[in-house]
Amino acid sequence: MDVLPGIDPRAPLLDVTNLHVEFRTQYGVAKAVNGANFRLAPGETLAILGESGCGKSVTAQAIMGILDTPPGYVTQGEIRYRGVDLLKLTEEKRRKVRANRIAMIFQDALSSLNPVYTVGFQLGELFRKHRGMSRADAKKRSIDLLEQVKIPAARTRVDDYPHQFSGGMRQRVMIAMALALDPEVLIADEPTTALDVTVQAQIMGLLADLQQQRNMGLILITHDMGVVADVADRISVMYAGKVVEEAGIYDIYARPAHPYTKALLESIPRLDMKGQQLSVIQGLPPLLTDVPKGCAFNPRCRYARDACRQDPAPPAYAVAPNRTARCHFFREVIGE
Amino acid sequence: MFRYIVRRLLQMVLTFFGATFLVYALMFANQKDPIQALVGERPVSESQRIALTERYHLDEGFFMQYWYYMKGVLTGDFGTSMTGRKIYDMMSDAWPVTFRLAIIAIVIAAAFSVTAGVYSAIKRGGIFDNSTLLITLVLLAMPIVVIAPLAQLIFGIQLGWFAPTATRDATFYQLLLPAIVLACIVIAPEMRVTRTSVVENLRADYVRTARAKGLTRMRVIWVHVLRNSLIPVVTLIGVDLGGLLAGAIVTEHVFNIPGVGFNLARAINTEDGPLVVGFVSILVILFLFINLLVDLLYAALDPRIRYE
Repeated sequence: MDVLPGIDPRAPLLDVTNLHVEFRTQYGVAKAVNGANFRLAPGETLAILGESGCGKSVTAQAIMGILDTPPGYVTQGEIRYRGVDLLKLTEEKRRKVRANRIAMIFQDALSSLNPVYTVGFQLGELFRKHRGMSRADAKKRSIDLLEQVKIPAARTRVDDYPHQFSGGMRQRVMIAMALALDPEVLIADEPTTALDVTVQAQIMGLLADLQQQRNMGLILITHDMGVVADVADRISVMYAGKVVEEAGIYDIYARPAHPYTKALLESIPRLDMKGQQLSVIQGLPPLLTDVPKGCAFNPRCRYARDACRQDPAPPAYAVAPNRTARCHFFREVIGE
Repeated sequence: MFRYIVRRLLQMVLTFFGATFLVYALMFANQKDPIQALVGERPVSESQRIALTERYHLDEGFFMQYWYYMKGVLTGDFGTSMTGRKIYDMMSDAWPVTFRLAIIAIVIAAAFSVTAGVYSAIKRGGIFDNSTLLITLVLLAMPIVVIAPLAQLIFGIQLGWFAPTATRDATFYQLLLPAIVLACIVIAPEMRVTRTSVVENLRADYVRTARAKGLTRMRVIWVHVLRNSLIPVVTLIGVDLGGLLAGAIVTEHVFNIPGVGFNLARAINTEDGPLVVGFVSILVILFLFINLLVDLLYAALDPRIRYE
């Protein structure tokens, strides 16, 4: 593996500051990410939570450097891996960061695997191209990996094609692929959305085990607060391309400081609320080509006042140590 | 897989008889007096008439005639042309040169359209993409009767880069210009299909995964995208190859190549029934085999297609 220039083992594992991503389309500029900030330590699980279209996946793709450019551009900010700003690397160096140091799992494992190559080929390719292994050695390593993600009869399954696997098994293959080169950061973009509930739990359990064994930093992107509660250490809640609240898992669930987080929590169905109407968040997330002035959440917020409808948007208030919220009235939201 | 091939071969037998029967029927149905047609303008004596009727089974009804004919074809005896030559000899002269011409043309067309198609898909909207779009549109709009003589005039006669005509034993170089002309008819659609298919596949999720694996751009495109994109292109090339074998009529005529198209055109003009049916029978068989080959190649390219 090449050594990255300026790498500092004492620097934070992953540190994203003020990340801006926009999509330049013929209908105008869509600001998908507007100043996202977060930090990830080894062994830590950070959940990025939010509705569809709030910029979660785009943030992940920007970190991986696999945005479709054009139309997507990173316009501002830094993504530091062990002190090295990935955005300043040449494409050749950046490419070697992928899979070697930062890897990613995608939502739909069927369409994310190449249908015309065997699973063994797609896994072995990593060893052959990044580690210069022979086909035979690469195959041996692929079988090892499939065993690590607990795929039964890995020795024969390695020659099967993606469509011959079940949904859960396919996602295990994706995980194996992401972990092949022992990355320090794993980004999982809605890894269980396409799976049924029992399989979801198995996959999340497997991810948590592997993370612990390898002391990896895990970024879990999801819209499912139930999934988050079990595995995450910290949560970043995103809305319209901004991290509106960041806090430890316990604080978020116990006392949310942003009205959006609070509304999300209230919309989880609970057994002790039998017979009552399920609360929903009124309205829709804003169009990214036309984000409301001030706080982007204000049209849907029950705490909103005049201050919220005017620029500048609320800054990241320090609610407590290691805890921020972008709401002028976070005290009121917490205290209620 | 094996059962599939056997089933296809059985279907091919049926198709072969159906197609040849149709051609045979069409060729001989509108002849009022086949014997007069055979000897031309000269008067026929009664004894000649009886002998010819005997030899061609003209008194035995249409189905029997077809039966006798097919029996000949299947034992390698295609009969005699109205020119008096053995049809088998004419075919062994004509087929090799046409076959070489078609193969050269399809290789040129496939190589060019796949490379250019992939390149314009990657740089879509760019100068290369737009200019190839324009050129392929012009090629599509120009009939072969225009392209062939024009190419012969410019490159064969005025510039003298290529031989303007070819013979039965033509060299590769002599066949190059007609092959390029022939390739021109199929390049446009093949390239457009490649381009569209690659553009579609570039958007696929598995491409994102391949990039996330830190593979080079070249590998993502030429290994991951191309294999998926080739599936529709292969079908098209297969069909085109069959078309080129049959459709070389104009090109062979212009470049004076004594191939299948050349003979077939003359046979149709002179109403030389046995010759037409002979050539068409072989064409049908080739067409069927190429189609089978394409279907098998399909399964090789796309493991999701499994024939049982």
